[in-house]
Amino acid sequence: MSRIKHSPAPAESPPSRRGFLVASVGGGIAFSFLSACDDTGGKSAGPEVASYEPTIWYSIDNAGMITVNIIRAEMGQHVGTSLARILADELEASWDDVRINHVDSDPKWGLMVTGGSWSVWQTFTLYSQAGAAGRQALIEAGATELGVAPSTCSARDGKVVSGGKSISYGDIVSKGMQKTFTAEELGAIALKPVSERRLIGKPVVALDMLEKTNGSAVYGIDAKVDGMVYARPLIPPTRNGATVNSVDDSGAKDVKGYLESVVIEDPSGTTSGWVLVVADKYPAALAASDLVRVEWTAGPGSDVSEQDLQNNAQALLDDDSIGAILDTGNSDTSAAFAGAATTVDETYTTATALHFQMEPVNALAFEKDGVMEIHTGNQWQSLVLPWLAAALDMPEDKIVMRSYHLGGGFGRRLNGDYAIPAALAAKALGKPVKMILTREDDTRMDSVRSPSVQRLRLAVDTDGNVTGMEQHTAAGWPTKVMAPFFMPNGTNGVAYDPFAISGANHWYTVGAHRVRAVSNELANSTFRPGWLRSVGPGFTNWALESFMDEVAHALGRDPVDFRLSLLTGEGHNAGSAPNSVGGALRQAEVVRRCAEKAGWGETLPLDTGLGLATSFGQERDMPTWVACAAKVMVNRTTGEVTVEKLTLVADAGTIVDPDGAKAQMEGAALWGLSLALHEGTKFENGQVKDRNLDAYTPLRLEDVPELDISFVDSTELPVGLGEPATTVVGPAIGNAIYNAVGARLRHIPIKPDAVKAQI
Amino acid sequence: MTSFKLNGRAFSVDADEETPLLWIIRDEANLTGTKYGCGIGMCGACTVHIGGEAVRSCVTPLVAVEGEEVTTIEGLDPNDSHPVQKAWQDLQVPQCGYCQSGQIMQAAAILKDDPDISDEDIDAFMTGNLCRCMTYTRIRTAMRRAADAMKGG
Repeated sequence: MSRIKHSPAPAESPPSRRGFLVASVGGGIAFSFLSACDDTGGKSAGPEVASYEPTIWYSIDNAGMITVNIIRAEMGQHVGTSLARILADELEASWDDVRINHVDSDPKWGLMVTGGSWSVWQTFTLYSQAGAAGRQALIEAGATELGVAPSTCSARDGKVVSGGKSISYGDIVSKGMQKTFTAEELGAIALKPVSERRLIGKPVVALDMLEKTNGSAVYGIDAKVDGMVYARPLIPPTRNGATVNSVDDSGAKDVKGYLESVVIEDPSGTTSGWVLVVADKYPAALAASDLVRVEWTAGPGSDVSEQDLQNNAQALLDDDSIGAILDTGNSDTSAAFAGAATTVDETYTTATALHFQMEPVNALAFEKDGVMEIHTGNQWQSLVLPWLAAALDMPEDKIVMRSYHLGGGFGRRLNGDYAIPAALAAKALGKPVKMILTREDDTRMDSVRSPSVQRLRLAVDTDGNVTGMEQHTAAGWPTKVMAPFFMPNGTNGVAYDPFAISGANHWYTVGAHRVRAVSNELANSTFRPGWLRSVGPGFTNWALESFMDEVAHALGRDPVDFRLSLLTGEGHNAGSAPNSVGGALRQAEVVRRCAEKAGWGETLPLDTGLGLATSFGQERDMPTWVACAAKVMVNRTTGEVTVEKLTLVADAGTIVDPDGAKAQMEGAALWGLSLALHEGTKFENGQVKDRNLDAYTPLRLEDVPELDISFVDSTELPVGLGEPATTVVGPAIGNAIYNAVGARLRHIPIKPDAVKAQI
Repeated sequence: MTSFKLNGRAFSVDADEETPLLWIIRDEANLTGTKYGCGIGMCGACTVHIGGEAVRSCVTPLVAVEGEEVTTIEGLDPNDSHPVQKAWQDLQVPQCGYCQSGQIMQAAAILKDDPDISDEDIDAFMTGNLCRCMTYTRIRTAMRRAADAMKGG
């Protein structure tokens, strides 16, 4: 403890660095969260200290304190802890000396996005090499200080050691260090052997655990600055294209604290028709907003229903000339189906689903020294900054997004649309504006998971071999609407949203394999489709794994044996280094283990069934192999489904933070359960019908089953865990219902009436 | 002017007496550990104690706490080591953490009333608190551990 001279600034005087900062000090945890009231212009509050930055990703000060810069959003993954562990391991740091710094937007960080279960996977090699580079530099410099040859030195626990001599990293840094590394040098650095890992894979207490149990963690909604006013938006009748005809606030003028109503004109086109009701306090803004009368002209979709969206998707699917064909190695299935002895052909659907993250979207915006500051929780700063620049008519380098804890992300905050009305109002009023959406506002403006329609077909020849398969998927495309530069081309030259089809391009060896992605344009125009936890595989794998089960039963095969017979790891499915070593054989292994752990094949009580599903997680480029067995009991009279147990096995390569990994699996699995049985809403007149918890009913404690979660021991490159478990739970439940009572469900959410109708 | 005790200290505020207590706590007392989630008393993120009982502050008008003792997450324990907080920390319950102030306040009030609580009652009492990260199985386990600690076990 005495070595730590430069501790974070005390909470009473709001320190200057942005975002929030967490430090692990000694056995306990010290933390310093940073208020929005930053009056020091971003300069360090403490005295100048010698500091060494081997790369932009971290610095070491002369007390040996290591600050790791985190560009990923903290939304429940304890991402800073995991990423800092990776770096600290190669650096041979003492974990007690490591703290994390959630940085603000800055071009120097490159692409700032937190999603896709990518963070650990994207960062592992980068931070490992950055840590190793620092270790090498410190050994070189430490050897000089000790008067020994570098070859006699090793680094451990924040010290360079040679024989009986040692020198701390802090003391080395205090002598002055300059050594930096080119990208080529960093990329050439070999990592430690697995046997030398000291932090990765070992238990750790997340650095934000204390602040998340004593109320001190600072979320976007908590950001404050002197002189700010509060705003509640009045939401237009349609998400897109609405225009304000008139605003009558005469009724609101008697509300104490009411200031004015601001019509938001958004040149970026991100939002349309928002009116911000502004007051000195948020309750006053709420009260006034009920009394402000706005007349709008609605944009497209004001009469659209959920059924319209589904009908449109079905009609688009029926036209085989529409959509993008994915590269599966061989997408020509015509011969397989022409020569088939048996075919199976089914259609699956999913309903609109809400993010319903606990913290409604909000943003605080103000201009200071010519820079527009946006204080908000966000998952994709690099996406929203250009929108803000267009909306404000300001260059991107005059806009900064400050980082906060996210009260849930789940993909909602990948779409940072909510930052824009706050920023425009702040610019118009010339003072700080804090805009908070009510829960109902948040729901109406949610970037929901689009409803989907999918048709799957499979061909079997006279010998019983699977010779061809097709999956056709129609849904709203978030990436087309918000990030078209992220869209690859299919083999037919048509661009597609990879996040709305991934999962269909599976690792089963099925002969010819045609995967077609279709954009539901009615969805894209009616609402702003969103990326929702597990994204495409949340619905593609629902269809795929329900279908594989149906096929197995149709062919008289055991569903587990049938899957294993296709997970052979051949050709296109062999996998490749470094991301998918072993290919489909690793998926087969999790299926085997899961079936065994769950007692596949054992006799179960009446109306109780076990169902299995598997997936490769989010994308072929980053497969997380996962399988789930759901044990359910079905009430034949009511159709109610009780999930008794979920058994999950995952192979995610190297596990960095074992408890955090398990927590992600727990959350993802229950998110899948919630989507499968408890959620789902519908569009009515262009708006979602269920807007608060009196109508939208996510999973709660009383319906939580027993969970049995395990990982395959692996030293392969770590892949993601935030979403993959979500993709398997729904189809496992559907398959279990079939095994319990013979009811085959092809729509999510699964409601008792639908089960009853199928019994 | 409405006056009450907030985390053991006298607190007075001049605001419309129908103002939800939640916004008084967050914006007037600057205690932001208490969260806004649904505004209709159905998610539990705003849970505080009034006279030791767990209450949804988003649907509690200011006037209702005149002369009462209000405790928020910041005032639950001077060392952040209430048995419920310790159990939450030991089992690493929080993920995003947004709902956890409410979860902890709800759990603390329940266990004060009945540390011999059954597993069924844990489910029944805590099911009113939504956790969107779905930390539910850890909440269950942590409740049991905290209950044992509060019994002196």
